Amino acid sequence: MPDLREYAGAGGYAGLRAALKMTPTEVQGMVKAANLRGRGGAGFPTGVKWGAVPLGPAARRPKYLVVNADEMEPGVMKDRLLMEGNPHQLIEGIIIAAHAIEAEHAFIFIRLAYREAAERLRRAIAEATAHGYLGENILGSGFSLDIRVHRSAGRYICGEETALLNALEGKRPIPRAKPPFPQTVGLWGQPTVVNNVETLCNVPHILRNGPEWFRGLSRSADGGTKLYGASGRVRRPGAWELPMGTPLREILEAHAGGMEEGYQLRGLLPGGASTDFLTPAHLDLPMDFASVMGAGSRLGTGTIVVLDDRTCPVSLLISLEQFFARESCGWCTPCREGLPWVVRLLRALEDGDGRQEDIARLEEHTRLLGPGRTFCALAPGAMEPLQSALHYFREDFTRHVTERGCPWRKELVV
Amino acid sequence: MLTEQERHEIDEEVAAVRGHARAAVVEALKVVQRRRGWVSDDDLRDVAACLGMTPAEVDAVATFYNKIFRRRVGRHVLLICDSVSCWIVGYHALLEHLRARWGLELGATTADDRFTLLPVACLGLCEQAPAMLLDGELYGNLTPARLDAILATHE
Amino acid sequence: MPAIIIDGKEYRYEGEGRNLLEVCLSLGFAVPYFCWHPAMHAVGACRQCAVKVFTDETDTRGKIVMSCMTAAADGMRVAIHDPEVADFRARVIEWLMVNHPHDCAVCDEGGECHLQDMTVMTGHVSRRYRFDKRTYRNQELGPFVHHEMNRCIQCYRCVRFYRDYAGGRDLEVFGAHDHVYFGRFADGVLESPFSGNLVEVCPTGVFTDKVFKEQYARKWDLATAPSVCTLCGHGCNILPGARDGTLRRVRNRYHHAVNGYFICDRGRYGFQFVNSEFRVRTPLLRDGGTLRAASADEALARVRTVLAEGTVAGIGSPRASVEANYALRALVGAERFCHGLPEKEFTLLEALVALMRSARTPFPTLPEVERADAVIILGEDLANTAPRLELALRQAARIVPDELEAAALGVLPFDDAALRAATQGGTHPLFLAVTGATSLDAMATARCRAVPDELARLALAVAHRLDPSAPAVTDLGADAAALADRIADALRTAKRPLLICGASAGSPALIAAAGQLLRALDTAGTAPMLRVVAPACDSMGVALLGGISLEEAARADTLIILDSEQLSAAQVAGATHIICLDSLLTEIGERAEVVLPAATFAESGGTLVNSDGLAQRFFQVFVPEGDIRESWRWIAEILGQPWANLDALLAEIAAELPVFAPMREAAPPADYRLDGQKIPRQSPRCSGRTAMTAHVSVHEPVPPDDPDSPLAFSMEGASGQPPAPLVPRFWAPGWNSVQAVNTFQEEVGGPLREGVLCRVIVPAGSAPPAAPVPPAFVPREDALLILPAYHLFGSEPLSLLTPGIAALAPAPYLALHPADAARLGVTVGSMVTVTLGETALTLPVVPREDVPRGAGLLSVGLVETPDALPAWGAVRGGAHA
Ligand SMILES: Cc1cc2nc3c(=O)[nH]c(=O)nc-3n(C[C@H](O)[C@H](O)[C@H](O)COP(=O)(O)O)c2cc1C
Ligand code: SF4
Ligand code: FES
Repeated sequence: MPDLREYAGAGGYAGLRAALKMTPTEVQGMVKAANLRGRGGAGFPTGVKWGAVPLGPAARRPKYLVVNADEMEPGVMKDRLLMEGNPHQLIEGIIIAAHAIEAEHAFIFIRLAYREAAERLRRAIAEATAHGYLGENILGSGFSLDIRVHRSAGRYICGEETALLNALEGKRPIPRAKPPFPQTVGLWGQPTVVNNVETLCNVPHILRNGPEWFRGLSRSADGGTKLYGASGRVRRPGAWELPMGTPLREILEAHAGGMEEGYQLRGLLPGGASTDFLTPAHLDLPMDFASVMGAGSRLGTGTIVVLDDRTCPVSLLISLEQFFARESCGWCTPCREGLPWVVRLLRALEDGDGRQEDIARLEEHTRLLGPGRTFCALAPGAMEPLQSALHYFREDFTRHVTERGCPWRKELVV
Repeated sequence: MLTEQERHEIDEEVAAVRGHARAAVVEALKVVQRRRGWVSDDDLRDVAACLGMTPAEVDAVATFYNKIFRRRVGRHVLLICDSVSCWIVGYHALLEHLRARWGLELGATTADDRFTLLPVACLGLCEQAPAMLLDGELYGNLTPARLDAILATHE
Repeated sequence: MPAIIIDGKEYRYEGEGRNLLEVCLSLGFAVPYFCWHPAMHAVGACRQCAVKVFTDETDTRGKIVMSCMTAAADGMRVAIHDPEVADFRARVIEWLMVNHPHDCAVCDEGGECHLQDMTVMTGHVSRRYRFDKRTYRNQELGPFVHHEMNRCIQCYRCVRFYRDYAGGRDLEVFGAHDHVYFGRFADGVLESPFSGNLVEVCPTGVFTDKVFKEQYARKWDLATAPSVCTLCGHGCNILPGARDGTLRRVRNRYHHAVNGYFICDRGRYGFQFVNSEFRVRTPLLRDGGTLRAASADEALARVRTVLAEGTVAGIGSPRASVEANYALRALVGAERFCHGLPEKEFTLLEALVALMRSARTPFPTLPEVERADAVIILGEDLANTAPRLELALRQAARIVPDELEAAALGVLPFDDAALRAATQGGTHPLFLAVTGATSLDAMATARCRAVPDELARLALAVAHRLDPSAPAVTDLGADAAALADRIADALRTAKRPLLICGASAGSPALIAAAGQLLRALDTAGTAPMLRVVAPACDSMGVALLGGISLEEAARADTLIILDSEQLSAAQVAGATHIICLDSLLTEIGERAEVVLPAATFAESGGTLVNSDGLAQRFFQVFVPEGDIRESWRWIAEILGQPWANLDALLAEIAAELPVFAPMREAAPPADYRLDGQKIPRQSPRCSGRTAMTAHVSVHEPVPPDDPDSPLAFSMEGASGQPPAPLVPRFWAPGWNSVQAVNTFQEEVGGPLREGVLCRVIVPAGSAPPAAPVPPAFVPREDALLILPAYHLFGSEPLSLLTPGIAALAPAPYLALHPADAARLGVTVGSMVTVTLGETALTLPVVPREDVPRGAGLLSVGLVETPDALPAWGAVRGGAHA
């Protein structure tokens, strides 16, 4: 992990210096021009998000910048690597973003399991404060900011940005309705921006090198690079910063080293647990927001989970849906009651108690828990892998019924 | 009864959230849990008093989170990841090993109070799957042998 | 008027900024819902109210939205009966049923369960879930509310009402995912005085009425009639339900302007005196030393004899109807009629009436109180003296952005959670000038705790700041002066300032000061609103009726007393002959010569004038056993039947006392008919009527006649919706639960159809009484100024006969400031003797920081206080408990 000297020596905090010479609107303009899209999963254009915050002397104060470092989606580890690997990069991004929306306080909301990352961030914040990058009157610009690290106590829903705000306020972290968006009614009712760790890590580079340079890094319409990852039965699980739009095949083969010996690729979740399965037929797909969407899935977090031929897809879905059922906040009916039902249906299939109509019931749930029908995006996310699995691995579901149990489990027994 | 030290730490958390005492509730619960392993009803009442909240208000938050323990746990808490990546590459084998070699059952504490084993959602260590969180420390690339070695150092 | 297209047809609707659900319900469409509540608005949690909206006529797919979280807009296209969204709504019920125990047959809510209604409404009929259900342990929540968590459908209404709306802090939601639990941190009595509303707020049987459970009946087996709570001066509208000669429960009766959807626990549970073993059910006559049962004729004969002896006075009651009081007045003559109050107490009521008449702005209805944006409370501990008003003030204190502000923030004006997030518990200015701690302290901007004269001085100082021509308070302390500045500034700049003042501090000076303040606010151009708090359900009625004082009446040889439970034996000790018209056998009754069994509110009809000067009619709910009659009917018998029925009596009152003339409009007369028929008190599904009397006769008894109202003691009669004052139950096809009220309102959350507001006290802009500045309070060495402290559970005598209320009432006490305690050498728990006039009371001491120096707070109602308070009392300490 580079300390402040190393980081600054390698050009760190140059972006901040550049930003502090600009007005907030100019900084926003740079980020908009760079076409940076949020890396938290939804891909919302970052500059546009910032643009919704009221600026100027008439705006309500204080304003807040909140960093979403909750990262609890199964299969995702990219933000941890960024925070452990280079905390100053994130801190610089935070200061620039805070300046762009005139926020006076920032919070890093980090999940409990990331103790190491939290400690490194705290150290880096202390260093940055000692060197005048944080605190009162940063680098003589008149802009002031403090950053507080808030460690959560474990719940995936805290990553949903409005639930996260409730969590920071010490309330039960259930989501809030949108509108109002956090940019107008956020933390303690004040204007607030919530950004993902990776999103903010891009910001210093945009300010330092300009939007054209940033867009030029990409192999697609979305600007910049992306931290792609791979886990499951691949030879070298890990994460790599690659141009936005790097094809799946390249990520899995060149970087992750292909499948482990004796395993075949059956499918993959391109961007975490809440994205639709893709199949080997999609390997040439560029991993950018539009292309993955076009293939019927979502780029999500860009961290790929690989399903191999020796893992039962139904069993894998039990793990996925059990996760979502357990992490449902319990606020809205479809998610709270529907997901546990889905889990029970999957378990019944797996345990040999499945019926043909159970598959229809699962399918029905994927429709009923879709976007707009639940209060937040957790349940629709939960349905993405299920609906695509029912599509691509239909056969496997049916076999669970006809063979009265999991074919893979039988193989294991043999 | 909270100790002087605990009270002091909670006060510091309250001070840090500038006039939003309630915002310190999760940290305050963790202050208690850090030393006692879990948060008993009595401790929770004390925390509530420190924050100007009612016990019900604190518990409403405490019971939402899965890493605030409202029931007694063993000396060491082992959270084993049961999410996708770990599920694929070896969660079941580890679980079986924990049962067979260490007598650990999910959701239970060993008779000697040494370990409590709980399932946990993805730990964000997927590239090092399978993974676990033991007393707040992340461990990845687990195999039965590595697990044995780690557990052996936790008396 | 904007228009909306629903299922292809165009409808006009009322109201800007309303959600689609309210608009659909107001138009009569049955859209199911759970988490939305008209008083608590929308949060979008249950997803039951889904409808489809279409962008324009070319859009055939549409989009499913939650109607409660969607603003209705002119020209909007909506589908309710679209198969996709109808299926979604049925599936929501199916999910809610996954863990629901289906125990309707043994559930108290059965037959009036919103979940049942919604299940039928959505057409979800067969069960497809085949796995286990989760189960919970229930909690013991005290004497009023029963807990059955397994039935919970997680609509979050209970916590939203209890915590967010009513400010309770001991009921919460715990856990997450499909394991959320609504309850307390640990078993224990629910602390909120509004806990009973959970019974109505909960859409299923999680929170049910524990008192009702003891002698349970299905809703349709209860006879109900519109009534008015008699347990404080606010006059909440209630729906008592009776069966088989006993009163079983009381529910809220929606009245837009008076009580909305909620009542307090005293009102809901304090009715059990009606069934009391101390009821007088036959006339009692004194023969020698003892009272014996007698026939009505015998008793009446004796009454006539007694009334012929010596001087006679009639003692009326602020807890009896205007009709009963008037009848007594007619019996004894105006100059021998007493309003039932000691001189000092009556003076307070007169002052309140004068204060009200001095107002220039119309008195605010409940929703207007809730929208006040600056409030000053003078001398009232509202949670204990006018609880329903306290609940309204909690809403007033809360800042709710107006529509423009909300729009600027992107907040939908009906999105409760977003509004709360946006305002973060911010409050409007709320100032408390009171004698001790109150439930509103935590919400108050600032408060002054002092003896009433000091509160009056503060109010006058504020008045002077607003209107320099008002008298100045020259010797005010620096703190009080600064507070007066603050209050004056806040009230002056408010758009809708509200002043609350009442009789409970016992101080004419304070009421006079309120008059000055009201006038000063008016002079300052603020159009101030006024709400007055009177102690009893008909205090204002007797205030208007007038009469001689209790002290004077007590000098008569013969007394005929209405409701003697409000008097102490000592107050009437001088009389030779006493006749009581009582529902309960009281200490005075035991000494009386004749006790005539009087009907309670539930067994009689009449009119009460509430604190706000509204005349409200209550109707007889059931015919009591025995020889119980309305007090006015007994008197009519004594007088030889001058009034054929209640209407005749009302007509005479109106003619004799024009102030009461509007009272006749409070409800339609007895000959009113709906569709040519009377309105049944029983539901058409009423079961087991014949069986109940089968041991006497297998023929169904002829229902008793009701000459006084258009209501019938029967299940036969008109089936349509009667005018608001006659609504005996809220029911509509498909709506068996209390939520049926939606179908009775002009529009959801608005007034009931054909509702009335019948004011007998009106703001007239008359000159406020002069308010001399009282001298600064000087504590005494040898005595404390004893002030009354009120208790929701304890200070009202009839409700104390409810065992649950008695259990929650505090023990009598004297609270005093720790410094005074130290000075007097008394400590916690030690006993003191307070000497008030002739009487010495021995009470345990409670040192409390909130008690003004030099004063003592004495729990009223729990001990008999000989003098009207405040009064100086010598305090002697030392004894130990
Ligand atoms: C259930 C749920 C969990 C989420 N978890 C995370 C998370 O852990 N980290 C994250 O950055 N965004 C998460 N999001 C997305 C956030 O709500 C939000 O869109 C994001 O933080 C915005 O940052 P960005 O614009 O920089 O991408 C989650 C969303 C949902 C619905
Ligand atoms: S979909 Fe509903 S229950 Fe699920 S997490 Fe979101 S708000 Fe909570
Ligand atoms: S009533 Fe609309 S979501 Fe519950």
